[in-house]
Amino acid sequence: MRSIIRTVLLLMTPMMASASGDVPDVHVEVDLANIAGLQRGAQTFFNYCASCHSAKYQRYSRVAEDLELTYDQVAANMVFTGAKVTDHVVVAMTPEDGERWFGQAPPDLTLVGRSRGPEWLYAYLKSYHTDTSRPWGVNNPLLPGTAMPAVLASLQGEQEIDADGHLHLVTEGSLNEAEYDRLVTDLVNFLVYIGEPAKMVRGSIGVKVIMFLMLFTFLAYLLKREFWKDVH
Amino acid sequence: MVATLKGLLVGLLGWIDTRFPLTKWWNEHLAQYYAPKNFNFWYFFGSLALLVFVNQIVTGIFLTMNYKPSEAEAFASVEYIMRDVSWGWLIRYMHSVGASLFFVVIYLHMFRGLIYGSYKNPRELLWLFGMVIYVLLMAEAFMGYLLPWGQMSFWGAQVIINLFGAIPFGIGDALTIWIRGDFAVGDPTLNRFFALHVAAIPLLLVALVFFHIIALHEVGSNNPDGIDIKKHKGPDGIPLDGIPFHPYYTVKDIFGTGVFLILFAIIVFFAPEMTGKFLEADNFVASNPMVTPTHIAPLWYFAPFYAILRAVPDKLMGVMAMGGSIGVMFLLPWLDRSPVNSIRYRGPLTKIAVTLFVISFLVLGALGTMPAGDTETFIARVCSVIYFAFFLLMPIYTTIEKTLPEPDRVTMK
Repeated sequence: MRSIIRTVLLLMTPMMASASGDVPDVHVEVDLANIAGLQRGAQTFFNYCASCHSAKYQRYSRVAEDLELTYDQVAANMVFTGAKVTDHVVVAMTPEDGERWFGQAPPDLTLVGRSRGPEWLYAYLKSYHTDTSRPWGVNNPLLPGTAMPAVLASLQGEQEIDADGHLHLVTEGSLNEAEYDRLVTDLVNFLVYIGEPAKMVRGSIGVKVIMFLMLFTFLAYLLKREFWKDVH
Repeated sequence: MVATLKGLLVGLLGWIDTRFPLTKWWNEHLAQYYAPKNFNFWYFFGSLALLVFVNQIVTGIFLTMNYKPSEAEAFASVEYIMRDVSWGWLIRYMHSVGASLFFVVIYLHMFRGLIYGSYKNPRELLWLFGMVIYVLLMAEAFMGYLLPWGQMSFWGAQVIINLFGAIPFGIGDALTIWIRGDFAVGDPTLNRFFALHVAAIPLLLVALVFFHIIALHEVGSNNPDGIDIKKHKGPDGIPLDGIPFHPYYTVKDIFGTGVFLILFAIIVFFAPEMTGKFLEADNFVASNPMVTPTHIAPLWYFAPFYAILRAVPDKLMGVMAMGGSIGVMFLLPWLDRSPVNSIRYRGPLTKIAVTLFVISFLVLGALGTMPAGDTETFIARVCSVIYFAFFLLMPIYTTIEKTLPEPDRVTMK
């Protein structure tokens, strides 16, 4: 009996992984050098996500510094909670209220770009469909039984899912498909950025460090060759 | 002016030397320590291990200045380091990448010892010191991985500590509670792991590394030919095939350091997560005792032993097999009965055995990070058998095989 349970559990493991952990086969263009795109992503984040989701390890001021915005611009357009611009991005909603209203407190999104990855986020934000059995009337194949309503439905329109798992747009949103893809891409880029602000600079610093090390190694090689001439 | 300065320095050195064996030590361990002249690629990894050790200590000190070892603050303090501490992200990545590369370097260093028989008489104690360093390093890495307090930190620690629960006679459960300091992994566990990670184990490691080097310099280095260079000495008493470590191997190791640092920098700056192998995606989620991740995977350097653990159906037997897979390495100097040291002069049986061992170790490493299905479990069992057979059959195959004649003097190839 134990071995049967064990076998079933083992067989289920890859299935469970594909239900929630696997990376969907989509391409999303991550480009943190595109400051304008990151600014648009920030705008979408603060207008649509940040009323429920915190990004509690990230400061508003850091967004301003990295995305080439002034503190005043950020304070006027992104801070809706009465927080100071140097504060962390924390929602006004308490976790208890979140649990009461949504069934579970909306998770913090600071690191979701790292834990879920850009492909998953991109696919997730494009895969909402109507499902009358759910409290919000929507569901999502990437996170079945998701507690989050289709917040971006007014932009994307409403989708339905067929028996094969394909999604079809049934009601138009205020954006066409290309515009919505752009918006989601920008948003995902912003989430990747707040997941690791250092990613903005580490590549360019890395190039310089490696160039220095290559020169150093070359000189070290010459030195080694010089000393080893007399070893036979 | 220069002459005066030189005179002053020589005077200072003399003053020190009458009070402290500075020149004596310099000569004994560097300038007049004669190493075989035929070291090859595999001989870079000892000095590189020392380099990574220093990197871990220095970056670790700076991390400790900003990290908070408490259940409530640990995860946030790591993100604080990543965002608000000047160059904190670089220090953290150097530490996390350094941890993985420490194992890369140590595994290559141990493999060198394996193929050239560097553990054989008179280097048994040198090998044992090295093995203790390796085990301490595993403890150090395991405890360090709890500190970021992410999901994998928490659940990885939970799984590994629970292994001790397999010990029968009521000892197991009591032991796990004693290790954790709580009924589940929690604040006391984090606090004690922090203390062990930043103070206790590093101190032991410093001492063991010191013993390891002293033991090495007492018996002298082995070499790719596995022959004793002290058999042929010049009239001055210096081995004919020996060259002073400084400057020959210091300059060579500086070059090796440069190559290593380039690889290190590529990972630190361009792939610090190493596609989830050095920093797992689930560890960017703060620890949550209420949510078990679907797949709890150890980091790659523990994966071969974890695969052996899972390959055994019984939990207690599995834990014993895992412990045995590491313990058996301690016995290597006494399992190997070959009359020659280096793989170059051994017979085909040893060459086949080493090849199979390397393959099984790598396959076990790959399997250990994957969910275990029936096929995976079967392959893991086969590889576990090969792993143990390599060690336990060694007294037989090293005795019966015909070895090649060793050269009289070292060869430069």
